[in-house]
Amino acid sequence: MKTAVEIAEERADRWGHQLYAGRARAILERAFIALRSSTWVPIVTGFIEPVLYLLAFGYGMGELIGDVDSGRGTVDYAVFIAPGLLATSAMNGAIYDSTWNVFFKLNESKLYKGMLATPLGPLDVALGEITWALLRGLSYAIAFLAITAPLGLVPGVSAILAIPAAVFIAFGFASFGMAITSYFKTYQQMGMINIVLLPMFLFSGSLYPISVYPDWLEFLIQLFPSWHGIELVRDLWFGYWDSGTLLHLGYFCVMIVTGLYFTTRRLRNLFMR
Amino acid sequence: MNQGIDVAKIRSRGATYVAEARIAQMMKWKGIIAIVAIGNPLFYLVAIGIGIGVLVNENSGTSGTGGVEYITFIAPALLASAALTGALDEAMFPVMEGFKWRKLFYAINATPINPGQIVLGVFIGAIARVVFTVVCYWALLIAFGVVTIGQSWDVIPVTIFAAGAFAAVIMGITASVKNEDYFMTVLNRLIIMPMFLFSGTFFPLNTMPVFLQPIGWISPLWHATELGRYFSYGYSISGTMLLVHFSYLIVMMVAGFKLANRKFAERLAK
Amino acid sequence: MPESLISARGLTKKYGDFTAVDAIDFDVAKGESFGLLGPNGAGKSTTMRIIAATSQRSSGTISILGRDPEEHGPQIRAHLGVVPQQDNLDGELTVSENLFIYGRYFGLSKKFIQNKIEELLDFAQLQDKRDAKVEALSGGMKRRLTIARALVSEPDILMLDEPTTGLDPQARHILWDRLFRLKETGVTLVITTHFMDEAEQLCDRLVVMDKGKIMAEGSPLELIKQYSTKEVLEVRFGSDRNKEVAPILREMCSRIEELPDRILMYVEDGEALLEAITAKKLHPTTSLVRRSSLEDVFLRLTGRSLIE
Ligand SMILES: Nc1ncnc2c1ncn2[C@@H]1O[C@H](COP(=O)(O)OP(=O)(O)OP(=O)(O)O)[C@@H](O)[C@H]1O
Ligand SMILES: [Mg+2]
Repeated sequence: MKTAVEIAEERADRWGHQLYAGRARAILERAFIALRSSTWVPIVTGFIEPVLYLLAFGYGMGELIGDVDSGRGTVDYAVFIAPGLLATSAMNGAIYDSTWNVFFKLNESKLYKGMLATPLGPLDVALGEITWALLRGLSYAIAFLAITAPLGLVPGVSAILAIPAAVFIAFGFASFGMAITSYFKTYQQMGMINIVLLPMFLFSGSLYPISVYPDWLEFLIQLFPSWHGIELVRDLWFGYWDSGTLLHLGYFCVMIVTGLYFTTRRLRNLFMR
Repeated sequence: MNQGIDVAKIRSRGATYVAEARIAQMMKWKGIIAIVAIGNPLFYLVAIGIGIGVLVNENSGTSGTGGVEYITFIAPALLASAALTGALDEAMFPVMEGFKWRKLFYAINATPINPGQIVLGVFIGAIARVVFTVVCYWALLIAFGVVTIGQSWDVIPVTIFAAGAFAAVIMGITASVKNEDYFMTVLNRLIIMPMFLFSGTFFPLNTMPVFLQPIGWISPLWHATELGRYFSYGYSISGTMLLVHFSYLIVMMVAGFKLANRKFAERLAK
Repeated sequence: MPESLISARGLTKKYGDFTAVDAIDFDVAKGESFGLLGPNGAGKSTTMRIIAATSQRSSGTISILGRDPEEHGPQIRAHLGVVPQQDNLDGELTVSENLFIYGRYFGLSKKFIQNKIEELLDFAQLQDKRDAKVEALSGGMKRRLTIARALVSEPDILMLDEPTTGLDPQARHILWDRLFRLKETGVTLVITTHFMDEAEQLCDRLVVMDKGKIMAEGSPLELIKQYSTKEVLEVRFGSDRNKEVAPILREMCSRIEELPDRILMYVEDGEALLEAITAKKLHPTTSLVRRSSLEDVFLRLTGRSLIE
């Protein structure tokens, strides 16, 4: 049996060993234990939000709106918004998990303080938390597809690709969210996050095509990551590929890389205050 | 001797002190509260009102919204929804904080201030926030030309009243919950969210499948929205329904206060 | 000179313009029990966090087991068991799950931890609470669990930041006993405390800190010898008269301290002094002769009483 010291010494000469002890899975293990013992209610009910939106908007609003031009053919309003809601909920979940959740565990419950008093490094904590958030996002996406398919809202088998796409865009937001949180010290500053998110999500075309707006506003919206996320998931949902799809993918690749870069650089500022 | 401490005065003005403390607490958030109060209506009106309005208009004109523009139709509903959200914030968080997070209420209760006054004080604090939100929202609606001043001012007191009824109930419920661990998430997801989505905010309640409509009936937001529409643009509504809406909100207010008073007294006596 | 396990030179920590730890030097030898003593805000916890490699110093050097925490934080932390001043237990887990997952953070095997948990639950006297949520524990039980948790990795150095705050007298004595035994097995202890009896009991050597600086260093006995007299005479005249008689008393011995409720007189022979006072017909309402303690050292060095 190896002792704690021997385990830590094994990595002593590796590059980045101060940040990463190679044990992000210990954080995941903790999340699973917590799930079993106390956090299952909020986690299990987490998939419900986009479903409620779909019921309300798809069926209520759908009566008033009828069919819409999705840019990939004219479809029933409920079919149009389904992928948008999937993308929105994936992004929102990732943002919450990487901002408020991290902030709370840092400042209020001091949970990370305990973890970081062990040989674990900030990158173990960050990776573990992000992975856990993405696993949840993945199960929510699967649940969403499983609910919408029998309702006739899923156009084809290829829509299954929307699941990894949802996880992919969630990763982009989570990596960025943590970097942003590292700059914030007060609850008031954290409150600004929600304020920026509201217009971003309202305008990003989950509930209606942004072509209803004047060109300048449309252009502005096309800069938002949320718009790219929604469009990417919508493309795959409809089994539709074009240069735009690649652009959205590229956008998120860049976002993930920059987000991770800043998060890693700021990890000490974030976790070792 | 209690030199300089006028117990009788504290007794009689207890609620005012609690409300002042609540408002001082909110002032720490004044920037964000102000941005939310102005940004929220602005974004919702432009995004949903105009964005979805275009789609509605193309498809069914004004037939689905009782003959008015879509933006006019949702404006009073968004107003009510903002008011109730503000009330929710200021009724739920302070109660959680007071009993569980920072146990402030126990400290207050050790002074001559009694539990009923704490309830009233928190309630007044919530109303202050609601008044601010509603006035900002209404001013924006006027600026957008969605409603006119003369025709719609009475929507303000009605909406504030509805938000107050909601705040009272939320205070009562929050105080009743022993194990708050996940209460907020669950309440939000399983009760508040459906209430907001199925209360005829974005489309008339009767366009929903029948089995979903009862969610609206029990939701204070639906009653507030219907009243808001009636008072802001002359939406037609029968005298009976008017009475139903008002009675429902009054009952909520009274029941909410009763529950809150009882639960506060119980928990503080422990 | 025994092997120095922890060694700090000019160690400084600044928060913005504020200097919390101000160029301190100290050494801790292997197997030693080292205490940090000081009033609130002296910089004790800050120093503890730097040693524990969870807070970055602003300047100066520190080495723990011959290594710099900037370079080898994880390797250093693998040797440590940390009891922070404020419990940071995992509120979403039960008592035994807390111990389990903490061991996993160190990379220990499940089997090893499972055995260890039994031992630690006995140690913390929490066997019957093993499946309780942390929130359902009393303050003292949480404290005991935090201490048990720090032992899960069998650390070589145990960092205890006010370990017995919130413990009842019995639990305190049990803990002292356990810490003694750990020390016998070669574990090095670094302790901060506000309790003088605890410092005298537990610490081989200690430093007195105030405003980020080290005011004195030595064994409890040495410090008492150096900074106080053999005995102390405590006299009370009632709060109104204390002021009146103080000047007279000052004439009678080389050092007195006026506290709000009583006057302390530092002498070699307390009884003799008391007789002299009585002879002057200054009848104190109460009087007490006792041996000097760390409390007196503290008062001398910082001008403040520890427990006010
Ligand atoms: N994160 C921080 N940011 C700013 N100032 C801090 C921070 N942590 C500690 N300080 C300041 O540094 C000083 C020393 O604090 P520290 O916690 O080390 O004191 P202490 O000796 O442990 O006191 P106590 O006996 O109260 O625990 C205090 O003045 C404190 O306000
Ligand atoms: Mg301290």
